[in-house]
Amino acid sequence: MGGSHKQSLGIDLPNSIRHYPLGDQAIVLSFGDVISEAIHIRVRKVITCLENWPQAGVIEYVPAYTTITIYYDPLIVSYQELLAALQITLQNISDDFNYRSAKKEIPVYYNGDDLAYVAQYNGLTEEEVIRIHCAPEYRVYMIGFVPGFPYLGGMDNRIATPRKEVPRLRIEAGAVGIAGQQTGVYPMSTPGGWQIIGHTPLQLFNLNRENPSLLDVGDLVCFAPIGYEEFMQLKTEANGY
Amino acid sequence: MGIKIIKAGLLSTIQDLGRYGLQRYGMAVSGAMDSYALLLGNSILGNADNEAAIECTLLGPTIYFEQPQLIAVTGADLSPKVDGQPLPMWKPVLIEAGSLLSFGRPNSGCRAYICFRGGLDIPEVLGSRSTYSKGQIGGFQGRALKEQDRIAFNNPYDGEQTQFPWRIDPALYPDLSAGVIRVMDGPQWDQFESDSLQSFFADVFTISKNSDRMGYRLQLRPLQLSKRKELLSTAVTFGSIQVPPDGNPIILMADHPTTGGYPVIAQVATVDLPLLAQKGAQESIRFERIELDEAQNLLKQRYIQLIILKRAIALKYE
Repeated sequence: MGGSHKQSLGIDLPNSIRHYPLGDQAIVLSFGDVISEAIHIRVRKVITCLENWPQAGVIEYVPAYTTITIYYDPLIVSYQELLAALQITLQNISDDFNYRSAKKEIPVYYNGDDLAYVAQYNGLTEEEVIRIHCAPEYRVYMIGFVPGFPYLGGMDNRIATPRKEVPRLRIEAGAVGIAGQQTGVYPMSTPGGWQIIGHTPLQLFNLNRENPSLLDVGDLVCFAPIGYEEFMQLKTEANGY
Repeated sequence: MGIKIIKAGLLSTIQDLGRYGLQRYGMAVSGAMDSYALLLGNSILGNADNEAAIECTLLGPTIYFEQPQLIAVTGADLSPKVDGQPLPMWKPVLIEAGSLLSFGRPNSGCRAYICFRGGLDIPEVLGSRSTYSKGQIGGFQGRALKEQDRIAFNNPYDGEQTQFPWRIDPALYPDLSAGVIRVMDGPQWDQFESDSLQSFFADVFTISKNSDRMGYRLQLRPLQLSKRKELLSTAVTFGSIQVPPDGNPIILMADHPTTGGYPVIAQVATVDLPLLAQKGAQESIRFERIELDEAQNLLKQRYIQLIILKRAIALKYE
């Protein structure tokens, strides 16, 4: 991603972190070009650094697979000033970062309309698809697109399935789907092309919780199969949250 | 009470300057598409910058006033009227109880802001009164205004003054007939064919009908990537110009998703987002390249003008 204008901005950041502007109100810190646990850990180290950063003019930051985008108010701090401040702050990234991750279980009633297709596409039985989907711990690399939507890493390629050619006009909130080598959970009803294999009764985004998002970047998520009755019971509880 | 919606108009939503701090959880910022018109409206009334107003789109609403209130209408000229008489924009106007505010033909721009002195009684959700319709969050019950909705004023007008013989200088606000939008290079600028980069600045783009508060779709000749590199999703923002595989650019607007995976060829300078937000379907725009420093300086100049304006207005109310 190295354009000529990016080098011309002078200041280098420590720990070979690359940087470039996203318009006049955001700076992007870049840690590489591939999804990996090592890059994710670097992203989280820098987040830890930024969390208590008393820099005036910083509005918020958004971590992603290999980047952190920091939004700032250019009336308070310029790009160059922010960069100079980052140069100092980012020297404090500790090597002995303790990356303990919260583990969260997402119960899933595997009743999705596309479960049979996913099984057939991969030459598996539906039970095998469920078992393979529930086996790994998935890493929440980032949250974005719509409120509470987790970008999960770690799905087994044996159940990878391309998106539907004609997207559904409506996918229910809580739908658990597969798109290519990704799996995810829809926090709200929206059109979409994912292959839906099941539904969770949990609300991934709920305004009435102190932190509306169920998941946070860095969490480890596992899926647990549940039956219809448990699904309905948990759904009632979740709605009363 | 306050106001009652008699006709909703095309899309009338409550908006302030936006919902910040939760983009890392995927929460859109939303807020006024033309935040400068909102700032000017609030300044005219002596309101806090972030006071929520009604953003009207092309065909404005019809609103019954149950109590008197001082209002200012800014942004697009959608032919505002009070009890059938033209309502002057860019100034405080006292609307009497029992009066009807309505709109007619759109003359210039497509988003007008009805600002109320002291603001509207709308609860903050996650730190903002802005409506994020897709998530049904904020504003009036998470949705656009409908017939029969009633909203209270925070402070119904009880001042002695009924005439306000001044208006702000229209030159403070961009000329909405202008079609040049200034942009900076986007992060993936250098991944496009040089022909595409040239035509990006040479061509006149048309805003497609398929455009809304989330994004503007542009049509012309598709832009080509020189090296198609698989991009990982990363943060995108208001004014990011994404190019999906079909080559037709999409400019992300106020309700944009927080992250995206398409290459961003350019980023609209914040100072020109209000002008862009006033452009509607079938209108034409052209892009002009500027540097980051210049974009930030233009924004500072506008802010300084705003401070001077607010001081002058403060004297009017004393």
